[in-house]
Amino acid sequence: MTATTTRAVQRPGDRIFSGGAFFAGSLILAALALVAGFLVMQSIPAFTTPADEVSILDGESIWSYAGPLVFGTLWAAALALLLAVPVAIGIALFISHYAPRRLAQGLGYIVDLLAAVPSVVFGLWGGAVLAPAIQPLYTWLWENASWIPLFAGPPSGTGRTILTAALVLAVMVLPIITAICREVFLQTPVLHEEAALALGATRWEMIRIAVFPFARAGIVSAAMLGLGRALGETMAVAMVLSASGAVTFNLISPTNPSTIAANIALSFPEAYGTNVNVLIATGLMLFAITLVVNALARLVVDRRKAFSGAN
Amino acid sequence: MAATSRPKPLVNAYTAGRLPGYLPWLLLVGSLLLSATLFLLIWLADPVGEYPIAGAVFVGVVAYGASLYALSRLVEGSRPATNRLVTTLVVLAFVIALLPLISLLFTVVTNGLARFDPMFFTYSMRNIVGEGGGALHAILGTLLMTGAAAIISIPIGLMTAVYLAEYGRGALARTITFFVDVMTGIPSIVAGLFAFALFSYFFGPGVRVGVAGSIALAVLMIPVVVRTSEEMLRLVPNELREASYALGVPKWRTIVKIVIPTSIAGITTGVMLAIARVIGETAPLLVAAGFTTSMNYDLFDGRMQSLPVFVYSSYVSQGTNAIASLDRAWAGALTLVLIVMLLNLVARLVARAYAPKTRR
Repeated sequence: MTATTTRAVQRPGDRIFSGGAFFAGSLILAALALVAGFLVMQSIPAFTTPADEVSILDGESIWSYAGPLVFGTLWAAALALLLAVPVAIGIALFISHYAPRRLAQGLGYIVDLLAAVPSVVFGLWGGAVLAPAIQPLYTWLWENASWIPLFAGPPSGTGRTILTAALVLAVMVLPIITAICREVFLQTPVLHEEAALALGATRWEMIRIAVFPFARAGIVSAAMLGLGRALGETMAVAMVLSASGAVTFNLISPTNPSTIAANIALSFPEAYGTNVNVLIATGLMLFAITLVVNALARLVVDRRKAFSGAN
Repeated sequence: MAATSRPKPLVNAYTAGRLPGYLPWLLLVGSLLLSATLFLLIWLADPVGEYPIAGAVFVGVVAYGASLYALSRLVEGSRPATNRLVTTLVVLAFVIALLPLISLLFTVVTNGLARFDPMFFTYSMRNIVGEGGGALHAILGTLLMTGAAAIISIPIGLMTAVYLAEYGRGALARTITFFVDVMTGIPSIVAGLFAFALFSYFFGPGVRVGVAGSIALAVLMIPVVVRTSEEMLRLVPNELREASYALGVPKWRTIVKIVIPTSIAGITTGVMLAIARVIGETAPLLVAAGFTTSMNYDLFDGRMQSLPVFVYSSYVSQGTNAIASLDRAWAGALTLVLIVMLLNLVARLVARAYAPKTRR
């Protein structure tokens, strides 16, 4: 027996097709590089032009223009996440471990419906329905809880505060977090669950000792993906929030910090000259922030894949 | 309790006290009624504004949770009590998530029907100041730009998925996978800024054309297409490929004739979901394609309106007749929601009808 190595015949069609597939794959990398490249290129004038020649900066440096926006972006997204994650875990648990099997898939579709609603419709709803509906709560909070700095007030008369915007954002990121959590919860090894139940655990104890330890990394990455979405969400904030560019932790007052994305959407149509470059520079900052958040989330997910010894 | 002579009852899981199955429902109805009456009395004493339904329900639910926990703790012990509390919270979370969905759909339908008439679908907004007008230009723009985005991103996305599933090994495939994931997280407005920067670099500053909007949408759409198609291609059983190779079929024909047709239902579903995702995008189109009130059939010349931007601009700049403008915004929102729901529904039906039989 002589060892012969045989190779598949490479026909022209094969070369063209695999070349095309390779080209398409590389094109994606090129596109991402292009996105970064053009944003950087168009942002450079914003940093080099003297501040008093750019009308939007009002004589200040670009950093003091972007600072409150970055704060507002992070603050609104963090609030949204704080509101959304516990509810999302609850929904995911309900669908994976509480609801009757036959209902569960239909319920999953209903939550997915939330993800399908366009952001501009959320914005419309938040501005026209949620803000007026929640305004009495702000007045009540101010009257009864103004000793907490978050509710220092005075309350906004329209209800268009950062808390309302964060609520809308929370509703928007809910389906993403829920979908991932649900998937992770469903992957819990059934043997672990049954072992816990056999030892006499109640359903909640079973979830605490079998499901959560298994799903912890998944929950973290789901939350971070939701954070990435909340950071970049534009219309919901632009249409709901009445922003004044202040840096404040006050949740219910009429002076609110704006977010990068909403600020771009509101200012861009009227922007001219170097103002456009300033706005693109803030967009670049947003890009960098979301890139870091998403990359971290993916790293957590990959680590889970590599080190999960459960299956 | 007086029967001291009775032997002490056995305490184990079978004889320990259990609350009857109907009790939680009874408690729920009871506490809601109690809270409603309480709020009614307070409200009657000082009837300012509407009856606070939200407050009544909130207090009722809290009372239900507290009373169920207390009763269960007394009768069943602390562990089942905690279990019942968590069950209540979990169900509550689901109900809380349904509230905005129901409220949103309800408002969109009731407010949108006011202008959901033939005129809305046959008129543009050219020379219209107050009442009347329609969204034909916006619907046309949405179809053109989304269509162009689909034409750009489906081949690229599908071929990338083929590369990742069939050819890609090693560092490059891993890099592409990673960056596709990263690309999924690009904020939509950044995609719009990119398209704007690209076009103002090549065609002069401040240029806004429909195709720039398409490019922005394509940047958002490609990663979704890649992810779903790759997943579907990987579901194709290897036996099919091996059978094809054994018959001497070249690899590329195997992919085109065997692998892709087997997974075409899943790929179609993924593509339709991707379209449904980008068709509602507002921010990138606002930045890259601008807005207009006239019909524009040419992707490569002039600003182009789209349905989401139409909704946004009707809401933000309400003009002389605010009610008419708002009605148009709601009608546009209703149209948009209907389109997206329809796409989602058809995608699910396609997936269900042609699902490969190998899936569990």
